[in-house]
Amino acid sequence: MSAAPAGRPPVRPVGVVSLAQTKSVRREDHRNEVEMLMPVVTEVFANIGVTKSDMGFVCSGSTDYLVGAPFSFVMALDAVGVWPPMRESHVEMDGAWALYEAWTLLQEGEIDTALVYSFGRSSPSQLDRILALQLDPYYMAPMWPDPVALAALQAQALIDAGKATEKDFAAVAARSRRDALGNPNAQVAKDQSPDELLSDDYVVAPLRRHTLPPITDGVVAMVIAAEGRARELCERPAWITGIDHRIEAHALGARDLTRSPSTRTAAQGAGVFDASGDAPGAVHVDVAELHAPFAHQELILRDALGLADSVAVNPSGGALAANALMVAGLLRIGEAAARIMDGSAQSAIAHATSGPCLQQNLVCAMAADPSAPAGKGA
Amino acid sequence: MSDTSTRTDSGASGEAPVTTLATPIRLDYQYTAGLSQSRFLQGIAQGKFIGQRCPVCHQVYVPPRGSCPTDGVATTDPVVLGNTGTVTTYCVVNVPFQGQSIEIPYICAQILLDGANIAFMGLIQELPAAEVRMGMRVEAVWLPKEEWGLTMASVKYFRPNGEPDADYETFKEYL
Repeated sequence: MSAAPAGRPPVRPVGVVSLAQTKSVRREDHRNEVEMLMPVVTEVFANIGVTKSDMGFVCSGSTDYLVGAPFSFVMALDAVGVWPPMRESHVEMDGAWALYEAWTLLQEGEIDTALVYSFGRSSPSQLDRILALQLDPYYMAPMWPDPVALAALQAQALIDAGKATEKDFAAVAARSRRDALGNPNAQVAKDQSPDELLSDDYVVAPLRRHTLPPITDGVVAMVIAAEGRARELCERPAWITGIDHRIEAHALGARDLTRSPSTRTAAQGAGVFDASGDAPGAVHVDVAELHAPFAHQELILRDALGLADSVAVNPSGGALAANALMVAGLLRIGEAAARIMDGSAQSAIAHATSGPCLQQNLVCAMAADPSAPAGKGA
Repeated sequence: MSDTSTRTDSGASGEAPVTTLATPIRLDYQYTAGLSQSRFLQGIAQGKFIGQRCPVCHQVYVPPRGSCPTDGVATTDPVVLGNTGTVTTYCVVNVPFQGQSIEIPYICAQILLDGANIAFMGLIQELPAAEVRMGMRVEAVWLPKEEWGLTMASVKYFRPNGEPDADYETFKEYL
């Protein structure tokens, strides 16, 4: 057990030891979900020379609404092959929450490994309608407010509060798209200046095309492992030093949309802050992969996490470069972990979101050294 | 997706309580059959059942979904199956329901096609419901050739083919 920060229970070291993903595409025309998953599951095992029989647990994240098929997550298990019977679970949420469940189970100490995956095809359905169904079913969903309109309310609130400008949004998008040029799995990658982007038309004011996420089909899988098993499987596991998730009120009108207190509380739970870290701009990590489907949401998340300006945010291009629903959050953990595993980062924060306007947020702190949690000072 | 219902108490004004709130929901999808299911449906359009064999356990799945659910590997080896099979188990439907297109009572059966290692659901016709039994040998009855298409509706139903019943030992693994 590593030393626990004050007030937090000790954490059993569990690390990400393998990652595999599909190239994100606008529409996967030929393969069904199982056919998309199978090569990714094969790769995530082959990376570290294991098979499904080495897994103590399997947990997935997806939603049947996207494919319009009941129990699609059960069919997806065919990509793993669950015979003899395996210990398995599923969350009707982004795969980041499946990883949270797997991490929690590994904390109990009974098992040492877990496969976590998620699949999301955003293309078969009418996303605007699907996402409206996560709203209050009596007063909001029947009006079918679409996710871009809701995000625009949030962006306008930021502008009116004097916290950001449209040029700030464009700067986030320009940086994300440029960084995505270095990510072979990204869907949207371009080198354009913020000024060029500001010539885009509004989709819903104040949001222009570049501030919106692409519609993406994709799959991601990861293996996490505990303590010695992780060291056996991977030279540099991305150790999870803390992970937590929090949710805010369902009613948008009950929230201050310019802030993300649930992200902040989750970050506290994940051990990101200490006394010095409570100051804005004081959290130093090498990399932060933030699940901000809309450009302005990155600004809200940076503020909630107190990230220093030196932190490399979304070097993968983030959700503005590829946003397969139910996948993009787990992929943030994967992309952040990949930078620790490949030695280019010592510490990282990954974040996943769910619900309209950053309603629910998960924060996962990772480090190359499990006894040196992320975010603790410079 | 169904209507949403709620109840409220009547207010102090004595107005009648609101007991129902209708919020119609409709979602449309573009379905992707996938590579293996596409091959299966293309076979159906040619009057053939095409399964796939697992390279690890050699089981033949029909309709194939592209993977072996036991081994988790791709099933890429196509296997053309026959038109006959065995009823492994069945039920007789006696309950009318909305949208029912077949006269009750009728037989819904699990049918193990010859050469396959998994049974699929099929309708049994041309037989009094009381006479169906486990092990009964059946054959597929297809629509006229010009009506074959990329749909299981190309197969009208299954009917007894007159062969003696299969021995229980031959299908007991597929119940």
